[in-house]
Amino acid sequence: MADRVLTGTRFVHGDWACAEGAISAGCGYYAAYPITPATEIAERIAQRFPALGGTFIQFEDEIGAIASVIGASFSGLKAMTATSGPGVSLMLENIGLAVMTEAPCVIVNVMRGGPSTGQPTMGAQGDVMQCRWGMHGDVETIALAPQSVQEMYDLTVEAFNLSEAYRTPVFLLSDANIGHLYERLTIPRDGELTLVERKRPTLPPIEYLPYGADESLVPPMASFGDGYRFYSTGLTHDEKGYPDMSAETQDRLIRRLCDKIRRNTDKITRTEALMTDDCDVLVVAYGITARSAATAVKQARDRGLKAGLLRLVSLWPFPDKLIEKTAEDAKTLIVAEMNYGQLVREIERAVKPKPVRFLPKLGENPHTPGEILEAIRRVYA
Amino acid sequence: MTEEMEHRLGDYLRMDRLPHIWCAGCGLGIILHSYVEAIQELSMDLDKIVTVSGIGCAGRASGYVNTDAFHTTHGRALPFATGISISRPDLKTVVISGDGDLFAIGGNHLIHAARRNVDMLVICSNNFNYGMTGAQYGPTTPPNTRTPTSPYGSIENPFNLVALVASSGATMVSRWTVYHVYHLKNAIKKGLQKKGFSFIEVISPCTTGFGRLNRLTPIEMMRQLRDNTKIKKVHPTEATIDPHTEIIIGDFVDVRKPTYGEILRELEAKAR
Repeated sequence: MADRVLTGTRFVHGDWACAEGAISAGCGYYAAYPITPATEIAERIAQRFPALGGTFIQFEDEIGAIASVIGASFSGLKAMTATSGPGVSLMLENIGLAVMTEAPCVIVNVMRGGPSTGQPTMGAQGDVMQCRWGMHGDVETIALAPQSVQEMYDLTVEAFNLSEAYRTPVFLLSDANIGHLYERLTIPRDGELTLVERKRPTLPPIEYLPYGADESLVPPMASFGDGYRFYSTGLTHDEKGYPDMSAETQDRLIRRLCDKIRRNTDKITRTEALMTDDCDVLVVAYGITARSAATAVKQARDRGLKAGLLRLVSLWPFPDKLIEKTAEDAKTLIVAEMNYGQLVREIERAVKPKPVRFLPKLGENPHTPGEILEAIRRVYA
Repeated sequence: MTEEMEHRLGDYLRMDRLPHIWCAGCGLGIILHSYVEAIQELSMDLDKIVTVSGIGCAGRASGYVNTDAFHTTHGRALPFATGISISRPDLKTVVISGDGDLFAIGGNHLIHAARRNVDMLVICSNNFNYGMTGAQYGPTTPPNTRTPTSPYGSIENPFNLVALVASSGATMVSRWTVYHVYHLKNAIKKGLQKKGFSFIEVISPCTTGFGRLNRLTPIEMMRQLRDNTKIKKVHPTEATIDPHTEIIIGDFVDVRKPTYGEILRELEAKAR
């Protein structure tokens, strides 16, 4: 039997690290359709899975891939897919089904320039709102944004943990720059990782309510074939899982689905603060952009400019209160994103009426530290 | 008042979900009945069957069966079923869905699931139109049929479902109608025991949609299934279908090929 966890330090690319993160997390089912710049995740999984007894299947399209991932999730496996923006566009209807039927799964989006076919080989952060609002209906999603190869591994594990804990699809929002970046990755020893497993029913099948939740708002999840004979549907359903078109049931279900995430925003949120305690200028960034921002903030401090960085490691659910608090004493915020204005809207909303300057970057390369430093300088000009 | 009797198939159905939503004269009740009766006659363990469906009238079938069941999105029942079938080879995965769901929006998944020979039984109710949305024309509608979206008669060519599925690699292919209940039940029994991608097309009247628009009463539609059908052992491409003249029915394909899951497990054994 091959080693599941490849403990040790290696020089690898981000997609490779993501695949190994999934394997370490206990992923047993991976379905995908080839797409740049996420294909290397599938290639690594295809190579590794047979010896580990995991199922890798290359589907006819992304719609089929995510559908089968949800089927595998209901069969009791930790399941995932990886793609890029165009693939997520195709998957969204079924990701909505995963939200509605509460199927834990992980969707990796190695972002590239869009819309449409855009820039397949080039990084971007243009799908931040897609994963939040792309589905029809009211949803809350969880999204994590790695800034390094190490975090491609760490946050893939974390994405599985969150999906299992909250019975919901979780997005890993990476981009081509990190997916294809080579740097050092350290994989811990097997057993050193914290792994979360979905809550299983403890009641006998006759008493089991597949969509009945306690105060955690997360119902225990049986698997197909375990004797619970439960029914799951994308239709609005009651605690038994049966379709019920009443206004009351819709109201109760949607509130629970959203609140199980909203009420845990503080628990889910991951951020990293750099010199934010006394800053005049607060830079907010995530993913690869945050690396340039960290350098820019340090360079600003060297020049006597009181800048700080709040790096968002998780993007959704959006941490309004944390942002407001971190920005409390700052006079101006700068938001740097590799898009033409997405998360900046959320930040503006959270810190209103504080001035927020937006620093977009389009077309492959992340912001340079110099560009962000220049933006900090202009605040003082 | 008569005393309430327990239904003969009560253990196999979610009695608290009945009566079903289907129209009077619709064939889906017969398909559902044939399915659970086949399970009963084979003494299969209900805990070891997963019933999956897509969207539409037929898609509701999964909600009435007392097995694990999944009512998925439109057209995607087969990839969901693929995920289940491969993950749990100890279970029998059965898809019950309609011709629009499986062959229009889900057509791509169908040919690929057949090509891979994923172990599952697909029961396709073919009613020649999109019933739930109001009888619009679909990939099986006969030419010149008037429907709400083909008010001058359909100008498209229909699929021959059994020919398409057989040529895609299915290892069991049959076509029956809801008039031929014994043949249908036997085909389902065979499909439930079969290893590999098995497909049963069931011609089923949509009385409210197709029937009303073509001035056919439910009785006349059932009569057509009796009078216009011919049981023949032919190659699926020769199994012609025209509800108004002749429908060839029968068991057309029954071969054994390694399933996707079997090949995958072989690969795993080698890799270890």
